[in-house]
Amino acid sequence: MPSFEELLNTAQQKYQELSSGDTPWIRIGTAVCGHAAGSDDVINAISAELEKRGLQANISPVGCIGLCYAEPIVDIVKAGQPRVFFKNVSVDQVPELVDSYLVNNQIPREMALAYSGESSVDGVPSLDSLPMWKHQVRVAMRNCGEIDPTDIYQYIARGGYAALNKAISRMDPSEVVKEVQDSGLRGRGGAAFSTGTKWSFLVGSPGPTKYILCNCEEGDPGAYNDKGILESDPHTLVEGTILAGYATGASNGVVFIRHGHEGPIDRAQKAIDDCYELGLLGDNILGSEFSFHMEVSLTGESYVAGEETALMESVEGKRAMPRFRPPFPAQSGVWGLPTNINNIKTLSYVPEIISKGGEWFSNIGIERSKGTAILCISGNITRPGMIEVPMGITLKEIMEDVAGDAPGGHKLKFLQTGGPLGGVLSASEIDIPLDFEAMAQAGAILGSGGIIAADDRACAVDMTRLLIAFCQYESCGKCFPCRLGMTNLIEILERICKFESRPDDLALMRSVGQNMAGASLCGHGQLGWNPVQSALKFFPEEFEEHMEQKICRTGQCDGLMITPQRTRSRWTSAQPLELRI
Amino acid sequence: MSALSEDLRDKITDALVNKNAKTVTVLSSLLAVEDELGYIPPRAIELVALYTKSTINDVWGVASFYTNFRFTPPGEHVVEICWGPTCHLLGARGILKSTLDSLGLSEEGDTADKKVSLKYSTCLGACSQGPVVHVDGKMISPQSIGRTDGSALVDKISGMISDVENGKSQ
Repeated sequence: MPSFEELLNTAQQKYQELSSGDTPWIRIGTAVCGHAAGSDDVINAISAELEKRGLQANISPVGCIGLCYAEPIVDIVKAGQPRVFFKNVSVDQVPELVDSYLVNNQIPREMALAYSGESSVDGVPSLDSLPMWKHQVRVAMRNCGEIDPTDIYQYIARGGYAALNKAISRMDPSEVVKEVQDSGLRGRGGAAFSTGTKWSFLVGSPGPTKYILCNCEEGDPGAYNDKGILESDPHTLVEGTILAGYATGASNGVVFIRHGHEGPIDRAQKAIDDCYELGLLGDNILGSEFSFHMEVSLTGESYVAGEETALMESVEGKRAMPRFRPPFPAQSGVWGLPTNINNIKTLSYVPEIISKGGEWFSNIGIERSKGTAILCISGNITRPGMIEVPMGITLKEIMEDVAGDAPGGHKLKFLQTGGPLGGVLSASEIDIPLDFEAMAQAGAILGSGGIIAADDRACAVDMTRLLIAFCQYESCGKCFPCRLGMTNLIEILERICKFESRPDDLALMRSVGQNMAGASLCGHGQLGWNPVQSALKFFPEEFEEHMEQKICRTGQCDGLMITPQRTRSRWTSAQPLELRI
Repeated sequence: MSALSEDLRDKITDALVNKNAKTVTVLSSLLAVEDELGYIPPRAIELVALYTKSTINDVWGVASFYTNFRFTPPGEHVVEICWGPTCHLLGARGILKSTLDSLGLSEEGDTADKKVSLKYSTCLGACSQGPVVHVDGKMISPQSIGRTDGSALVDKISGMISDVENGKSQ
């Protein structure tokens, strides 16, 4: 196996050749946002155009740089020129782009999004000056959109696996735990528990087999940052997981992803395979005494599978239903063995924390919430995308400076944050800092970082119905307060949206909701009242209009309501089943 | 045993043995079968139970829990429409309505001629490009079809889906 220095030399050499631009280097966004915007067709068109003209170029499919509104983004580096990003490139524009920039050295200004580098380009803004780039501090997202996620050498050339090498060769496992504790890093999956403390629980559990589970279930509508990181820079997650394994004495890592998301699945698998090949995973990593193994585990479609004990059930191949606690995962987790479950974003910070120190990380953000937040902003805004900003910045700054106005002169009405269970936050209340506690105090949750903006065309009651429709559909059914409670709530909300409500419906919902909050086994039921409660708090007059005056001010509740709902699948075979070969 | 059922058994066995995950479980086995066949036939429930040393009850319990599994062969084309909050705000309801109308369906399911299976998706993960639709594994968005105004988008997507229905594209 090569030593780390040999790997680094090879990587730097390759990267130097690529980034010199002697042969033009063309990077194209191919995360899920890029795919949806048509990047596959654009790549094919560029390859065909280059071949037709007999031109040479290195084409790298990269992940998501975060400027999703501008996808498909084509980013070209060529010798003697700054790096230029072209926005919303369509197949029809490809011949013109190749002709004017690659052949004639003329930047087609109307297609250019930004440049980056020392020499400026007239009439084109610099990347740093873009509204969406403003405020960003990229730690976990440092490589997103920069490197080919399927090329481990590009990751290594940009400082990858140096933290692992440093930890294994020069740090005691307890020092790694301490560094993470000093950084103040808190879990980014929603619960915001101190990562260092969580790790220390696992340190004391008996081995030899202990698990680190990386949670990329991410069923939250509106959040795609976990998948975004796996698609854009899977090695930062793999390195973070190996470091977690080294720190806690764990032997196995499992990346847990929802079946059907091919981008994150394939890229995580490729990253793991490449690590095995280069001796960064497996027995005696980088020639040390430390061994660690990783694999990808797929789950079926189930939102509750993202809950940590349900996740362990799913890894074991069972129904994703939460377990009772205690025993806690650090004592008895997956397969009954000591387990730590971390969110993808949380682990993706770890390599930088180990490289630069816990203190460096703790200087970003604010007192209670250290570091950065990785957010997905979408909905009625000018610039949807994925950003990494320091904790403590206000939601208002994000909406005004980064996301931009609602199109067509409409006004922001509310935000839906932290997944469907997070409920809604009125536009009048968004001058609050991005901080776990401050958000909770305002009645919203930061959750896993999804922020959906709705303008004045949206109906608060209709949105509440939609969120509860999701929660009802996704209730795992194990405990009755959630199973029956969600069904009650959706029935009542549908009545309200059809202007058929009964006088005591609000009281009934409140009673059901309070029982769910108090008696459900996991967060799905416990927080299930949140969406209704928050909507009632901020938009009571809209509920009143629907219930008393039988009108909807936005016209959204027009009787054409579609509430996708399904009971779990029914058996369709007339034949009895038997065990036979 | 008929040739057809032997062929089915071979396909299922091949998926279980050769296309399974590193750690084999009931769920990983069912996912392998679904990837291979697009659905879970009764025979697969039996074979997964044998292969994973589980009971039919266990396997059926898992298969009926996860909403991605279906138990009849899907239509020739599978259309998934996202109804997550972002897509909803950006016009998914209109797309869903037009699509249901153009396929002659009242809710998710298969068309009578088995050409198209329509599925609701809670989130396709491309929120920044919403509203998005998946047609046979390919994501379609306003950007990818080059139109961004609301009603034109609905027309375009319903048009694409009727093209699919008529076997003209994809």
